[in-house]
Amino acid sequence: MSERIVAIVPAWNEEGAIGGVVDEITAFDPAIEIVVVDDASSDATADVAEAHGATVLRLLFNVGIGGAVQTGFRYARDGGYGIAVRLDGDGQHDASELDKLLAPVHAREADLVIGSRFVDPGGSYRPPFARRLGIRVFARTVSLLGGQRVTDTTSGFVALSRHGIELFAEEYPHDYPEVEATLVALRSGLRLEQVQVDMRERRAGTSSITFVRSLYYIVKVMLALFVASLRRYPRVETAA
Amino acid sequence: MTPVRASIAGAIASIILILVVVELVRGRRLKERYALLWLATGAVLLVLSIWRDGLNAIAGWFGVTGYPPAVLFAVAILFIFLVLLHYSTVISRLTDENIDLAQRIALLEERLSRREQSQAD
Repeated sequence: MSERIVAIVPAWNEEGAIGGVVDEITAFDPAIEIVVVDDASSDATADVAEAHGATVLRLLFNVGIGGAVQTGFRYARDGGYGIAVRLDGDGQHDASELDKLLAPVHAREADLVIGSRFVDPGGSYRPPFARRLGIRVFARTVSLLGGQRVTDTTSGFVALSRHGIELFAEEYPHDYPEVEATLVALRSGLRLEQVQVDMRERRAGTSSITFVRSLYYIVKVMLALFVASLRRYPRVETAA
Repeated sequence: MTPVRASIAGAIASIILILVVVELVRGRRLKERYALLWLATGAVLLVLSIWRDGLNAIAGWFGVTGYPPAVLFAVAILFIFLVLLHYSTVISRLTDENIDLAQRIALLEERLSRREQSQAD
């Protein structure tokens, strides 16, 4: 019953927030191994994370969020972990909500559980118009191509079964990964579930998505989704 | 008809391209696999420059009646596109391989430092 759990936390120049993120996960469950993937930060992110008791994977140069997260999935795969959760290093994900994400994985009902801000229409998250539009377009597209209704494809707050870990250790998109990864999971036959979560405002640092970049973001992601829908992915046998 | 001087200039340019590429490969500054497309470019342009009736005929097929050497430009541009597209695929592969290496090094370094620590204890 006691499957080992690893928490993967990608971080780039988050020395102000990473310590609190690690402490929160430890407070939620001290048995979870916390792996901070330092994407070649120029500040003290790695040292702070280590001082707070996390295992730190130090990337040699900046590989982007997708490559960083995948390093964590590979760590989980190689280390034989049964469950992985992923939280952002900026503190926007509330570790006390991890039990909601973990429950369907523990019950072997899902291989990918997405912490979504939009499952419950009364949720408190109200993004600016442009971002809301983008989120909705991605959600519709992924739902259409993946054959299952997905409400929040840009969430980086997820839990994965061993099947999910093995798939993402092999197949994970490199930049702006979450949307495409959701489609890859659906097309590979992973069982996807969504739970309502709240996300906090950033505590420190600046969001990596500026307004100028968001247009490039939308075009790149739509292209990636289109190409991903033409690809073949290995079918994962999820029968437990 | 193709002016003779245009043919001579085309032939000389093609020969220079071929010689430069061969010299770069000889000096190991260019790998054979990346030289092949350039050599093919030089060879095709050289043939079309020397074989004047051929160039005129091809120009006729494509309705280029005014100035057949325009076909030389078109072929040259086509090959440059091919070379650039080839480079894009090479860069993409190198990017993936680089990220893979960075990931493996990060994982190995963590294992190494963990082992060294447990030996020190």
